[in-house]
Amino acid sequence: MGEYIPHTPEDIRHMLEAIGVSDIQDLFTDITEELRHEGPTTGLPSRDEAWVRNYVQRMADSSTGTELVPFLGGGLYDHYSPSVVGHILSRGELFTAYTPYQAELSQGTLTWMFEFQTMICELTGMDVANSSMYDGATALAEAVLCAHRATKGTTVLVPRALSPWVRAVVDTYCWGAGIKVKEVPYGEDGRMQVDDIPEGTCGLIAAQPNYFGCIEDLRGLKEQLGKALFIVSVNPVALAVLEAPGKFGADIVVGEGQPLGIPFGFGGPLLGLFAAREEHLRRMPGRVSGRTVDAEGNEGYVMALQTREQHIRREKATSNICTNSALCALAATVYLAAQGPEGLRDVALASMERAHELAKRLEDLPGYSLAFGGPYFNEFILRCPDAEGTARKLEQAGIAVLPPSALEPTGVEGAIGVALTERRTDEELDLFVSVLEGGN
Amino acid sequence: MATIYDRGAPGRRAASTPSPKRGADELMALIPEDARRDKLPHLPQVSQPELVRHYTALSRLNYGVDSGFYPLGSCTMKYNPKLNEDLARLPGFAGLHPGLSAERSQGALRALWELGEMLKRIAGMPAITLQPAAGAHGELTGMLLLKKYFQERGEYPARHKVLLPDSAHGTNPASAAMVGFKVVSLPSTSRGTVDLEALNKALDNEVAGIMLTVPNTLGIFEDEIAEITRLVHTAGGLTYFDGANLNSFLGRALPGEMGADIFHFNLHKTFSTPHGGGGPGAGPLAVSDTLAPYLPLPDVVLEGEEYRLSWDRSQSIGRVHPYHGNFLVSLRALAYILLLGDEGLKEVSAGAVLAANYLRAKLEKVFQLPYAGLCKHEFVLSGQGLGDVRTVDIAKRLMDYGFHPPTVYFPLIVKEALMVEPTETEPLEILDAFVEAMIRIADEAREQPDTVKQAPHTTPVRRLNEAQAARQPVLRLP
Ligand SMILES: Cc1ncc(COP(=O)(O)O)c(C=O)c1O
Repeated sequence: MGEYIPHTPEDIRHMLEAIGVSDIQDLFTDITEELRHEGPTTGLPSRDEAWVRNYVQRMADSSTGTELVPFLGGGLYDHYSPSVVGHILSRGELFTAYTPYQAELSQGTLTWMFEFQTMICELTGMDVANSSMYDGATALAEAVLCAHRATKGTTVLVPRALSPWVRAVVDTYCWGAGIKVKEVPYGEDGRMQVDDIPEGTCGLIAAQPNYFGCIEDLRGLKEQLGKALFIVSVNPVALAVLEAPGKFGADIVVGEGQPLGIPFGFGGPLLGLFAAREEHLRRMPGRVSGRTVDAEGNEGYVMALQTREQHIRREKATSNICTNSALCALAATVYLAAQGPEGLRDVALASMERAHELAKRLEDLPGYSLAFGGPYFNEFILRCPDAEGTARKLEQAGIAVLPPSALEPTGVEGAIGVALTERRTDEELDLFVSVLEGGN
Repeated sequence: MATIYDRGAPGRRAASTPSPKRGADELMALIPEDARRDKLPHLPQVSQPELVRHYTALSRLNYGVDSGFYPLGSCTMKYNPKLNEDLARLPGFAGLHPGLSAERSQGALRALWELGEMLKRIAGMPAITLQPAAGAHGELTGMLLLKKYFQERGEYPARHKVLLPDSAHGTNPASAAMVGFKVVSLPSTSRGTVDLEALNKALDNEVAGIMLTVPNTLGIFEDEIAEITRLVHTAGGLTYFDGANLNSFLGRALPGEMGADIFHFNLHKTFSTPHGGGGPGAGPLAVSDTLAPYLPLPDVVLEGEEYRLSWDRSQSIGRVHPYHGNFLVSLRALAYILLLGDEGLKEVSAGAVLAANYLRAKLEKVFQLPYAGLCKHEFVLSGQGLGDVRTVDIAKRLMDYGFHPPTVYFPLIVKEALMVEPTETEPLEILDAFVEAMIRIADEAREQPDTVKQAPHTTPVRRLNEAQAARQPVLRLP
């Protein structure tokens, strides 16, 4: 442990003397005696680095899930992250810095934040974007709070075809803020069916694509909403080929940024995307980088619009968020820059192509069918004669899918969820098909 | 500053992606026409060497803990061990999808369980959730628990007020407000601690609880903390401890024994996980038995030799995170605890408090220290008394001496605040060099104030105009 703390006994003596005390204990006399804790806390001995590495490595090895080929999506997808992403993230100047409060020492962070905001605006068709939220779920929840504040409405309309993981978070936040959550059903095509917008609605949420992988028809929704906000939760990779929600009048676009070069990491850290139309700028949560000039007129960047934030506005702030998911936003920035417009489109198209290829082959198998008739992107819901059994057989053959239990909360029975990315090979598709054929 | 959009040329790419087999038009036809994007998004077009050079150049415009001393008060900018970066990249963790079965996720569940156990012991509290993704998220979760608790007892909304010392961090009132609590500010005494008389007056049957930072944001340990929590409990309220400052008493006192009902950790502070340029962090929340029934779900439990997810908690507030919180951050914190052990954890708090008091003893001779006396991991100077040189000027001038400035203008109860937190990971020579720089800046403020007021002089850009960025926000490229 001495490796992290450089104080030698000599240093300690010197410092104590300068302070005017004789012992380290004298620095803790303000903690009253009955509160002072003596003896063990964790009960752990100190270890060397090699010991810790081995111990944790063994833990990693016992997570056998990584041996399975992930045909498992549900909001997080197995896209390839080019090596450059990880390497740039490993620059100590970037990842050991904090929030760029001191702009002159943080031009690196502030510049990539500005790039990131630009890219997210481009993808979503929004005017402004912040530099990250914790994850797509909390970003969506905060968008609802934003709509609540903007309209004073107390009901939010949430699609039933929303990830149950995301939905659970939205429900919690809404309960806390006193917002009622009303479900919007889906039809036989798996897409949402919005009929009436009740009085007092603060916002309507659409997921694009939705939890079933279906591509929603976003036309005409904004027009039905009156003053309620239109909130679209997106998969950013899909936006390479799907029309930007801004074109459909979205007020706020949020999303899970994990597909942009961020590893699964057992579900965290993730990346919350948050973009909005200009008119909502001052209601937006989170850090924002803005371009300005220095004392000599040179271009530079600072954190802009801080008067929305908790460190200035306290209980009147647009959100409590402080620490965000910056490093994941940097990963997404580098990923998007590495792919470029055509690369990102190829990733999206290849993922979609693979999904459609597999779906077609599975549909030909007796007893199997797609649960929904609507258009889909890189994920589909497969109805199976024995869904539990299918999931189990696939796992035995080395394939992970979204199990039936993950679909039941959305009212889908007897089915599994199947997601593909550009990484899925012909051999993996063949294996998948052969398991269901019973030939495995 | 050139952006990545200023680099490259049309047609360049930095990544190779398997091309789809069929042509783009054919594939786009799978998307209904009205949902189809008709124009590619405007993204950079650069080759890999250009990409790497651009971000390497940006990194050189940045200052992190790896660059030098970063005494940003309240943020605990300590050294981030490299081992933990390696461990967080192990494929067995990084490549694990959270939708996999518990059976397939044993190693990750074990890491979560072990960290949870360790943190409970460090807090001296019986229950924990690792879902919160940052400190403020932990606060929000805590406020949700508070609401749930009183609702279940039929005392909400009657109890709808949360008490907050005026020295509190901005996230505290913001978190309380997100759950609809009314924030009532408590004045501090001249010693910087909670005013017991004011507290007593504020405690009525509308108070749900108090949020305290321990030690407080002045770096002062509330010596009457036990009395404060007792008073709040007697009045029927609960106590929230903001644990951002745990680095100062790690292993030496337990929040549970001080009467905390809720305590959030900042793993990215106390437990050395890197701040990432603003995040991610992690804000696990430990609670007393009273609140355990309301914690988020699911819980990781150990049964025999197997780790399992338990949903057995009917009164839960629900999820605050879609999965298990910032797992890879939790993993780094676990590795840190494993390496240090009890002895190491105590050395951390000893080193942090020693370094802070050393700097305080040296700097109080030159700068105003409105709240004098023993401090814990940090102390707050005032930049007043240097003519028309202000704290912001001192901060900017420190950059010319090669240091990241302290936190400035917080806490709000100190005018022209300079909040210094050295952490335990700085060598004595660096602490001395910082003192030297501060003394020189104080001299400069008297002798050549313009040098200070126009600082920084040596950074990649000169002082930036924040007012203009606020007046005419330019938040993206056109
Ligand atoms: C005292 C205090 N409380 C709460 C927070 C919020 O923590 P986080 O930034 O992790 O959300 C901070 C961090 O800046 C803090 O210093």
